[in-house]
Parts: sequence; structure tokens; C-alpha cells
Amino acid sequence: MAMLSRVAESLYWMSRYLERAENTARMINANANVMLDLPREIRPSWDSLLTITGSEETFATLYSTPGESQVSRFLITEARNPGSIVSSLRAARENARSIRDILQREGWEHINALYLEAMARIPDSESPKRRFAYLDDIIVGVQTIAGLIAGTMSHDEAYEFVRLGCNLERADMTTRILDVRWVDLSPEGKDVTPFENLLWMSVLKSMTAYHMYRRHCQTAVGRDSVVKFLLEDTLFPRSCHFCLRDMLDALDRLPQGSCVREKLVEAIDRVQDEESRRRTELHRFIDDLQIKLGEIHDALSGCYFDVEKSSPRQNRPHCGNG
Amino acid sequence: MSLALQDYPNPECFDELIDEHGMPRRIARALFDHLDGFSETDLQERKAAAEAEILSMGITFTVYCENEGSIDRAWPFDIIPRLIRTEEWRSVERGLKQRTRALNLFIDDIYHAQHIVRDGVFPRDLLADSRNFRPECMGIDPPLGVWAHICGTDLVKDKDGRFYVLEDNLRVPSGVSYMLENRLVMKRVLPELFESYAIAPVDDYPAQLRQCLASLAPVSNPQIVVLTPGIYNAAYFEHAYLAQQMGAELVEGNDLVVGRDDCVYMRTIEGLHKVDVVYRRIDDLFLDPEAFNPASVLGVPGLMRAWKKGKVALANAPGAGVADDKVVYTYVPDIIRYYLNEDPILPNVPSYRCVDPEACRYVLDHLDRLVVKPANESGGYGMLIGPTASPEERAEFAERIRRDPRNYMAQPMLTLSTAPTLVDHRAEPRHLDLRPFVLSGRDTYVTNGGLTRVALKKGSTVVNSSQGGGSKDTWIIDGKGA
Repeated sequence: MAMLSRVAESLYWMSRYLERAENTARMINANANVMLDLPREIRPSWDSLLTITGSEETFATLYSTPGESQVSRFLITEARNPGSIVSSLRAARENARSIRDILQREGWEHINALYLEAMARIPDSESPKRRFAYLDDIIVGVQTIAGLIAGTMSHDEAYEFVRLGCNLERADMTTRILDVRWVDLSPEGKDVTPFENLLWMSVLKSMTAYHMYRRHCQTAVGRDSVVKFLLEDTLFPRSCHFCLRDMLDALDRLPQGSCVREKLVEAIDRVQDEESRRRTELHRFIDDLQIKLGEIHDALSGCYFDVEKSSPRQNRPHCGNG
Repeated sequence: MSLALQDYPNPECFDELIDEHGMPRRIARALFDHLDGFSETDLQERKAAAEAEILSMGITFTVYCENEGSIDRAWPFDIIPRLIRTEEWRSVERGLKQRTRALNLFIDDIYHAQHIVRDGVFPRDLLADSRNFRPECMGIDPPLGVWAHICGTDLVKDKDGRFYVLEDNLRVPSGVSYMLENRLVMKRVLPELFESYAIAPVDDYPAQLRQCLASLAPVSNPQIVVLTPGIYNAAYFEHAYLAQQMGAELVEGNDLVVGRDDCVYMRTIEGLHKVDVVYRRIDDLFLDPEAFNPASVLGVPGLMRAWKKGKVALANAPGAGVADDKVVYTYVPDIIRYYLNEDPILPNVPSYRCVDPEACRYVLDHLDRLVVKPANESGGYGMLIGPTASPEERAEFAERIRRDPRNYMAQPMLTLSTAPTLVDHRAEPRHLDLRPFVLSGRDTYVTNGGLTRVALKKGSTVVNSSQGGGSKDTWIIDGKGA
């Protein structure tokens, strides 16, 4: 039986939202951590997290100052921020709920429980002391779900859409973090050299990439090597290259999809093109890469989600790149 | 005794588990022997375990609220089961089969020659005024001549301890998934009890449902789908659950298209895929914007056309609701006699039809003692419970009845039976009803028991989940073994 387009789309978004919640949690913890190590004047400010998540405008309508408590509340529990962790978990749950007949029971139960727990423990997220554990539990929660899906769900078409969603979201986050941190770490007129290593280490840590980087790159933690590792590495599962390859592999197991493949191959070529990366300003290079990721998403929608659609889909509130 | 049965008030009505001397009935002895061994803490632990189980399974009942979108509410569950003896159940089962057979013959007749009207057994005017009569269905021959494939019949026990039929739900009855889940929760929370009783299993329902639906298609391995209004529907959980358990596809209106060939297709990642049977959980009027409500975004344009041409089977068939009107209900005993030439096995609750002037006068004079129901509402909405209503409410209702007598029927206030229900840490009597489900396809099947709904508020008889009801597991048990 071929899978319903709507189901494929829900699986894809469920997976993206789960991944988004996890990435956001990692990012906040890494940021909080590096703050404690750096002198005040070169600390990456909390509002750079807003830039990474592309939510400065939404933030400005809700809060006046981007201090630690405001930004972290905005990113963790703010219901009016569609990209907050709690909103992402809710969206993941709503998507999962609409495909409960596809997910195996435990998968749904864990997604449901993770959301309920994140809601119940909101006060923890507001205490700087307990926030780390709160976010860590969310990371572990998402990882548990990912493990459950990979380990107990048949690796059928449903699974491939989960993979596609997760990898696209991951690649997207990696490019965003690199982009913003690059700007942070090249501030005009300030000498960050003594701390640069520390900062790039935190970039790696926000993607849990530090240990793997150490094992696989025998060089010091410096900006070129970190950028290269996070974009090009073929073995680290959060590098752009790895994510795109994994999507290509998922696509191989799905019917049709030639238009998506085309876009994926373009993006992979781009990521590996070290020459052009050196020639272009990193910001422009990444901008271009993000456009390609957007095109991959559009191609997926066109190919799988919008089949023979007679009328535009009515209010499916949980789709859309929040 | 931890359950404090000595504090259990002597039943003023029929109690399912406790006799008139305040002692457990024979069938319930093993249950109470077991529960008596529980300390208060044990009891609270089991109750908490059940609640946790329900929450984690995501058994939620969505109560629609305009301002806040939808709210999830855990479906309240009581851990003390309701017990019914097998011998008693067999007779109920026969009665239900008889009743649904007659109702299906009635619906089929209504949409064809209308013999029952011509023979003067069923008044023509009633049909003309019926809100669920669909002229679009005249002359259509659904597969096997069956219209109401899934029927949820509400039964209550009165003071005399007999089952009465309160109403038939022939449109899109819900609740069966709660029956299934309740059993699952009980098995996890009180597994020991399953050792002491021989309890008839309920979990073959999805397989039976699949078989019933499949029997409606001309092909041997038909594509079956469950058509849901979507995740904001109160019964969405059930739609998903049944689809999953049957191995059917859960679809929303937008997932289906009717092709130029009048066949129904699903939109899939490989393109269009043909559908043979639609178990629809959407009301008639939203089913097909071409045929009914043009503003409906839930339905599938052209679905009626496909059904009429026999390209797809719909369960329940559109128009089946003509027989679950509360005024038509009062004719069911006559309907059974007319089509089957048999006496009804399960009695109706005695009813007054307001359309009959004499009965109407009686109803208006005795509003303080009667329950008045509109013909076409479900879920307990739009009812008047005379004895508890204020004089103003009664006066207002009287006016409504005078304006539209056809739309109302009245019944004496029944004293619904009770069963011990855990309230804090004591067992207290709470009123309940029972909704068994009847499947009619090539064969007829009745669930072993059904969904027992409990009015959790003291003294209340409103068991609807939308109005603060809860549920219990229902055990059909071999009386000899207990």
C-alpha cells in the first residue's frame, strides 16, 4: 500500500519539529556554558540565539530586552514563539497525533509524554540552576524517540520521511549556527584571538561535535577546520554533508523523487566545493546553501505532499517552517 | 474492609453489584473479596496506575472549546468493573441482533417501496418531517441491503433490573475504542482478577469490524479507509485507533478524490490509489459538498455519486440515520413485529410521542415527571429532565413542544441502575448505562459487553463524556465459575 501524501508530510514535520526542539536545547546549553568561560566584553550575546533561530522580529513584539532570562524563556517555553522548544514539541505531538495509526504505540506515547513533561516542568526551565537539566532531559527525550523509531519501526517509507525531515532540519540548523557564530567571532575592532578556540569549541559543543572533531581532525580547534568539519565531514552525523547524503540514501528507497534528487545533488556539490567557499565570504556561501535547502524542501512538497491536490489544503496549522 | 462497603448506602435503585441487603451479589463476591484485601494505599496506587496508564496512552477526549482550540482531557476511568452474567448477556445479544436486523429492513424499505407506510404501521408525515431522512438515497441498493453496519445501542437498567433500550445510534456511533482501551488498562492494573474470573474477551472487535467492512466490497482484498473529520474531532482518537487496529488507512476528506470514472481514490506518494470501502466517521451532511452542505470542507466532492453508482461502499450508508430519530425509536417494537413477525426481545423504555395529541397533552401536564428528548439530537443535548428542571425551564420547553410536537418524545424518569464506583477512597453508587456495538455485514456480531458509561457526579444520570461522564470496564462473566 502506498503511503498517503498527508501522512508522509506529517511524519516529515513531526521529525523536523523534534529535531528542532533538540537542536534548540543543545544550542542554549552550549551558549550558557561558554558564557561562564569568557570575559564579559567578548561573550556572545544571548540575542545571537535569536539571530540563529531567525526569530528576532517575533521576539521584539513580545519582549523589550534580550537578556538571558527573556531569551531563554522565549526560546524554551514561549507559546507565542512558534519555534520555541515547547511549541516545537507541541507541533511534533500534533503531527504525531494525526498519524497515530502509522507510528507504533510507544513512539506516540513517548512523544506525548515528552511534551507533557516539558509543560509540567516549565518552572525548572526558568531557574538558571535547573535549566541545564531541563534541557538535557529534552535532548535525551528526543534521542530516545529517535532511537525508538530507528530501532523498532520498520524501515519502510514512513521511516524514510522521518529521516528526510530530521536531516533537513539538522543541516539547516548547522548552517544557521555557523553563519551567526562566524559573525560573532569576527567582531570588528575586538580582539578575540585569545578566546577564539574556546568559542569555536562551543560551536562544536552546541552540535555535540566536539569529541568527534577531536577524534577525526588532528588539528587545533580553529575556525577553518571547524567550518570544514561541520560542512564537509562525511562521517559526523550532524555535518551538512552527512545529512544531505543520508537524505539521498532515504530518497533511494522512495518512489519517484527525481526532482528532489537533483536539488540534493546540487546542495552536496555546493557543500563540498571548498574552492568556492574560500573565495566567497562565508555568510554569502551559507546563504546560498540555505536557499538550496529551501529548494529541497519545496521539491519534496511538490513531489510527495501535494499530489493531485484539488484545492489548497485547509488550515493545517502544523505545517510550515516556524 | 478497605472499600468500606458497610458505608455503601442501601440501593434505592437496582445496583449491578450490591444486593438489597447491602451485600455483594453472587457474581461480585470474588471481586469484593479481592478488593477487600487492599489497603487504602493499595487502592490509591491502583487508581493512580490506571490514571497514569491512560495519560501515557494518550487516551484523551477532546472537548471543543471555541477560544482555546481543543483541550485534551483524560477520559475518567473507574477501576471497579461492571459485571454481567453470560446467560443474561446472551439474551441481550439476541435482542440486539433482532433489533438491528429489523432496523436495517426498515431503512431499506423506507428508501424503496415504503411498504410499512402503505400498510399504515408507520405514519407518512413522520418521514416528511424527519431531519435524517435523505431523499437523495431513494432507490439506492447498498451492498447486501444493509444500511446501518455499525450500530451503538444504549441500554439502561431500571429498578426492576431489566435492560431497556434507551436509543439506537445508527449514524456514527463512537466509544468502542474506550471499551477496548478500558480492558487493556484493567489487564495492566488488576491482572490478578483475571485469574478469578472467566471474562469474555473484547479485543476481536477490530478484526470483526474489518471483516464486516470487507464483506461490503466485491473484491477479495479490498482497500478499506476510515474517513475522519481530523484531529480536532472529539472522537479522533477512536478513528485513528480503529484504523490502526484494522490495518486500514486513516484518511481525511482531502486525502480522497473522486475520479472521472466515479471511483474513489486516495492521494499517495505514488499517485492515486483506488478505495473500495469507506468507514466514514463524518455526518451525512458533511460527507459530500456536491450533494449536501456545499460549505463542508471535511468531505469529498463526488462521494455520493460514487456510492450511488456502486463504485464504493459507505459504512454507515448515508440516510441510515432516518431510523435513529428519537421519535422513530418509539415505533421500533412495531417495526420488529412488522418485518420479522417476532416479539421484541429487548423492550423499549415506554415513550410518549408528542405528535399524538393525547400523548402530547399528557406530556405537557406531567413535565415535572418526564424526560423530554428532541428527535434528532445526540449526546444529551437539548433534553429536558423534568424533575430537576426549574419551572421556567419547563415552561420554556412546553412552548417548544407546542411549536414542534413532531420533534419531541417523552419518557418517564427512569431510575438508572448504579454500581460501586471509587470516589476518593470509598465505593459510592453511581448511575450508569451500557453501549454495546452491533456489526451488520454478511454476518452479525455483538460485542461482549460494550462501553459502560458512569455519571461521576453524585446523583447525576448524565453519562455523556462531553458532560462529565466516565467509564468502567464491562465484564461478561461465566456465572458458574464465579
